[in-house]
Amino acid sequence: MLQLPGIYAEYIHRWLPELLYYALTTLYIAAASFVLAVAIGLVIALLRTSRSALLRAPAIGYIEIARGLPIVVLLYIVYFVPPQLMPGLDWRWFTTFIGAVVGLGIHGGAILAEVFRSGIEALHSGQREAALSLGMTPAKAMIWIILPQATRVVLPPVANYAIGLLKDTSLCSLIGANELMNDAKSIAFADYQPMAVFVLVAAIYFAMSYPLSLCVRYMELRMSHGR
Amino acid sequence: MAPLLQIVDLHKRFGQLEVLTGVSMEVGRGEKVSIIGPSGSGKTTLLRCINYLEKPTAGHIYIDGKLIGEKQVNGSYVHLSDRELAKERQEIGFVFQRFNLFPHLTALGNVTIAPQKVLGQSREEAERRGREMLEKVGLAHKINEYPERLSGGQQQRVAIARVLAMQPKLMLFDEATSALDPELIGEVLRVMRQLAEEGRTMVIVTHEIQFAGEVSDRVVFMDGGKIVEQGPPRQVLTNPQQPRTREFLKHIQER
Amino acid sequence: MGFWDTIEKKGWYFFTSLMGGWPETVVVAVASLLFALAFGLVVALLRLSRWRALRIPTIAYVEFFRGTPALVQLFVIYFGFPDVGYQPSVFQAAIIGLGLNGAAYLSEVYRAGIESIHKGQMEAALSLGMTPASGMRYIILPQAIRTMLPPITTFSIVLLKDTSIVWAIGVLEIMARARQLVTETLDSNVIYPMAGIIYLCMTIPMARIAARLERSRQAWR
Repeated sequence: MLQLPGIYAEYIHRWLPELLYYALTTLYIAAASFVLAVAIGLVIALLRTSRSALLRAPAIGYIEIARGLPIVVLLYIVYFVPPQLMPGLDWRWFTTFIGAVVGLGIHGGAILAEVFRSGIEALHSGQREAALSLGMTPAKAMIWIILPQATRVVLPPVANYAIGLLKDTSLCSLIGANELMNDAKSIAFADYQPMAVFVLVAAIYFAMSYPLSLCVRYMELRMSHGR
Repeated sequence: MAPLLQIVDLHKRFGQLEVLTGVSMEVGRGEKVSIIGPSGSGKTTLLRCINYLEKPTAGHIYIDGKLIGEKQVNGSYVHLSDRELAKERQEIGFVFQRFNLFPHLTALGNVTIAPQKVLGQSREEAERRGREMLEKVGLAHKINEYPERLSGGQQQRVAIARVLAMQPKLMLFDEATSALDPELIGEVLRVMRQLAEEGRTMVIVTHEIQFAGEVSDRVVFMDGGKIVEQGPPRQVLTNPQQPRTREFLKHIQER
Repeated sequence: MGFWDTIEKKGWYFFTSLMGGWPETVVVAVASLLFALAFGLVVALLRLSRWRALRIPTIAYVEFFRGTPALVQLFVIYFGFPDVGYQPSVFQAAIIGLGLNGAAYLSEVYRAGIESIHKGQMEAALSLGMTPASGMRYIILPQAIRTMLPPITTFSIVLLKDTSIVWAIGVLEIMARARQLVTETLDSNVIYPMAGIIYLCMTIPMARIAARLERSRQAWR
């Protein structure tokens, strides 16, 4: 460990540009999965809170399964099973990037569905009733009263999910996606310096996630003052 | 013989705020002293300094002639370690405004935990004494109840029994009835009166002026972090010398 | 071979092969859980200590382990350790890696639980002559544990799922067996979902228990 500074002095100019390039890929994967997860999460949350049991049941099932599976297993199922299940179709477009985004998106959708659900349920019906009795239409009540409050409540857990998502992109290396962790492995073994490379990569992940953590903490602090 | 409690020129500052600005006071053995005054006058802080829940910024406190909370090392004063402080607190009983009973223990459990874990008493010994103390405060029938099932007045009486089980030399009461519903105040004051009649040394911070007058040997009026006036209840409460005291008492009567 | 044919003919073989990895999964999960539970408490108490010299490195440890992926941590431990003279076995690296990661997470759970206990409880303990340590042991922690049970159960589920990454450093648990099987027979469409179902059979009941614990905690307040 004490040799690290020396090792870095020698190699870092070669490693860093490449690693930073793949860090960007990681961010792309994370961003795309995030968008997908939010979309799926909203839909599932609405189904989950619907009054019809017929709509609620599949939503509940989806949430339980997508959250109960390890992400790695989910990624493997998403990426490897469809081509095998339907070999007749053309799968060339189904890159590891897409598999990664879909897999992480499905998992994230389940997590965010629960976050959105508790956000919706946390708003007491009293808020809606107060808005309506002031003469607002249900739509106005939703836009001006319910959603602003729900968004504030939901922001910290969503930000926390984003931090977790960033770290989980490293799991996509296990299905062969070209992101930071995968590149780290190649460099580490090409140059015979596993420890130095992985510590550096850890620092890069940390540099990406820590600012987000600080934002979350700031948000939570502001929210508790608002009470 | 030295007084039981001696407070010498006590100062306490929280950040920029000076809460105690030079308080000196003595309490003799068996004496009952009530401290009254407006909110923010420093009375609770004074009490909390006596058992070192707050560390004074300056000044010293002596119990039975012995310096507490600090020791002298090479001529300067040094604060005591946690273990040494703990030992000194065994002799001082503190009754909190919000009772602070331990919710995961029954009434008997609350009363016996310190004798067992601090004084090293056996379970039988601690429980025997514990039952005695709970009976003394009138709660023999509630020994196996958890605090959540007791009324405020009952909880405070358990808190008092908990303090009594440690057989303290000095008992401190921090607005013991302020958090109680009016109907429940009486039962706690009854217990406090009984303890006073037994000859215990008590320092009582309270808003119950009438009670203070009935039970105390001396009443102390504090304002702005210092003692404004003190003397026998007859004098301070019915014929106060200081204008501040007069103003405060007038406000209380008006309520 | 068709999907249902495969299941009929090779299903049992797949199942038993996958379950061959079950002991490894459970051993890694249980061992790292115990490590994380114990070490997490130590870290939480250090984090709450009065001395900055103890608090600061602890905060650094927690921030770092929570801000980096577990996979990277595993690799650092497995490949980095030999540099300091010791080559851990794949099991040891997995347990230490997931354990340290878990301890960092649990220490925050512990800390929140301890801090949720009213300050007056410690003051009452101190005023009865207890040291802060006794107060923590007899008064604060017993109360805090009740609050912390649901998040700890949820965490155990997460830890179980995280065992599915340790094959990357060579532990032959369920997912490792799954990949092995797939290179053998190419029936990924049966094998991976089957592995998934095995995990679900463990995580879904645990999630139900955690939910029940959470509900009873709300009631207890």
